[in-house]
Amino acid sequence: MTTISAATSDVQPALGAPVYELTHVSKTYARNRVIALDDVSLTLRKGSFSSVIGSSGCGKSTLLKIMAGLIPPTKGRVVLQGKPVTGTRRDIGMMFQQATLFPWRTTIENIVLPIEIRDGRAAAEKAKEKARALLDIVGLNGFEDVFPNELSGGMAQRASICRMLITEPAVLLLDEPFSALDELSRDMMNMELQRICTEQNATAFLVTHSIQEAVILSDDIYVMKPRPGRLAEVVTVDLPRPRTLDMMTTPKFGETVNYIRGLLDKGEAM
Amino acid sequence: MSDANLNTDENVTPDTVWVEHTSFVDQIPRSILMLFVFAVFVGLWQIATSFNLVSSIVLPTPVETFNDMIFVGKNLLTGDYMLSALWITTKEVIYGFALAMAIGFSLGILVGETAFGERAIMPYLVALDTMPKVAFAPLFIAWLGFGIESKVALAAFIATFPIVVGTAAGLHATDENSRMLFKTMGASRLQTLFKMKLPMGLPQIFTGLKIGAVGVMAGAITAEFLGGGKGFGELIRVAASQLNTPRVFSLILYLSILGLGLYALVTFAQRRIVFWHRDTVSK
Ligand SMILES: Nc1ncnc2c1ncn2[C@@H]1O[C@H](COP(=O)(O)OP(=O)(O)OP(=O)(O)O)[C@@H](O)[C@H]1O
Ligand SMILES: [Mg+2]
Repeated sequence: MTTISAATSDVQPALGAPVYELTHVSKTYARNRVIALDDVSLTLRKGSFSSVIGSSGCGKSTLLKIMAGLIPPTKGRVVLQGKPVTGTRRDIGMMFQQATLFPWRTTIENIVLPIEIRDGRAAAEKAKEKARALLDIVGLNGFEDVFPNELSGGMAQRASICRMLITEPAVLLLDEPFSALDELSRDMMNMELQRICTEQNATAFLVTHSIQEAVILSDDIYVMKPRPGRLAEVVTVDLPRPRTLDMMTTPKFGETVNYIRGLLDKGEAM
Repeated sequence: MSDANLNTDENVTPDTVWVEHTSFVDQIPRSILMLFVFAVFVGLWQIATSFNLVSSIVLPTPVETFNDMIFVGKNLLTGDYMLSALWITTKEVIYGFALAMAIGFSLGILVGETAFGERAIMPYLVALDTMPKVAFAPLFIAWLGFGIESKVALAAFIATFPIVVGTAAGLHATDENSRMLFKTMGASRLQTLFKMKLPMGLPQIFTGLKIGAVGVMAGAITAEFLGGGKGFGELIRVAASQLNTPRVFSLILYLSILGLGLYALVTFAQRRIVFWHRDTVSK
């Protein structure tokens, strides 16, 4: 069922070349001397889908921010597509835990904002067509010209995923993108996410609290443990692609979920 | 099902239904409430004067004041000397406010956006701000003369500080997430400023503008009191020196229309521009 390897050794899934390489990344927040990350090494391969799972406060968002080049690690190296990450990069699409839509822009204007910043207003105007298509995918058609104040939390999250997707980034860093969605919409969105990643051959890295979500989407699941935040295990999910929601009823799925739950329980006991 | 249905439903005992109750005062139109307060105020005023509680030189009767207001009103409407005085003061206020906005936004951005501005310039601004700014009036008059320039200068001087503080506070009001989002989108510093920080800081900026709009009036009139000229403040000063208190009262009332007008203009702009902000919407 699951191939389990030690945290620091490389997992070698049958996928493309390494895209992301993190070597011995540590992060200590100077302000409160919290060791948020302790010696994290991982390799993401082109087109792979990986998830991070772990209890609240174990450093998942910190890891994502370091990968995105938003905050520097205290120690260690992050390499993206052969180049060290020393700041934010345009080939990275990041989705934060909070939707963060700007209230003075309509939904569609929020979605084309990355294009506006990269290529100017005219390009943003042209991108609206594509934005509408994306809104349609996430079930928000008809909300183009609505201001974010009038969107629910889940709708705002869906809009912000459109904003991330509009630039077709090669790497997607997702911090609990669907935490405000009900289970059915969430399943639906997860399948769309898989489809989009496959279509664009994008590499995805997802932070989640849902074991089911991690298993149905991922090739590799990184299980983190808190205080100090570190990688405990990498679980490779041995389910065929493309994944379907039906797979959630298979014994293999159940076994994998239970295995990860066991790992997390052990983490709690520590 | 709507509340109305619930209330008329016979199966529901009325005292178990939770309905929104509006208080008695909430049900009266605002204009009537304001009229009521006005009537009480004028009534008390009338009592104070007709029982000679205060001398009529100190406080004219409401009727005297009203008559004088009609006189001044006629003068204004016929385009007589009072209108040109009001126009001069209006110009001072408008120029002063425009100048205060230009300086206020520039300094505010400098102070709110650059570390140098915040650390090296802000302390001086704070020190200046704590000074009684009308004390600078004689200086402005000495530098710029008795014309409109010295009035504009003092008006702008007083109104600039709240605009600087509002702009700087507005630029600091951005949250961590928005900043990170703009970073990941690869936004330049100017893009971050104009597409995120400034719009996000508009509520604070408008608070500064409103305080500035009040200050600019005070500055113009103070400078007119101290530096003469042909404005409305001069009319008030002359009327007061002649112990013509009804005239002083009515001039002040007409002057307040100018102040209210400027304030209303800023509030109107705020409602149009910062339409998404809760405080703006509820007012
Ligand atoms: N800006 C910061 N300054 C200081 N400490 C921080 C900062 N951000 C996070 N931390 C600390 O680092 C640790 C990890 O935080 P992080 O946000 O990465 O957790 P997380 O795994 O994303 O949690 P959650 O699942 O609740 O989102 C926490 O102990 C937190 O207190
Ligand atoms: Mg987090």
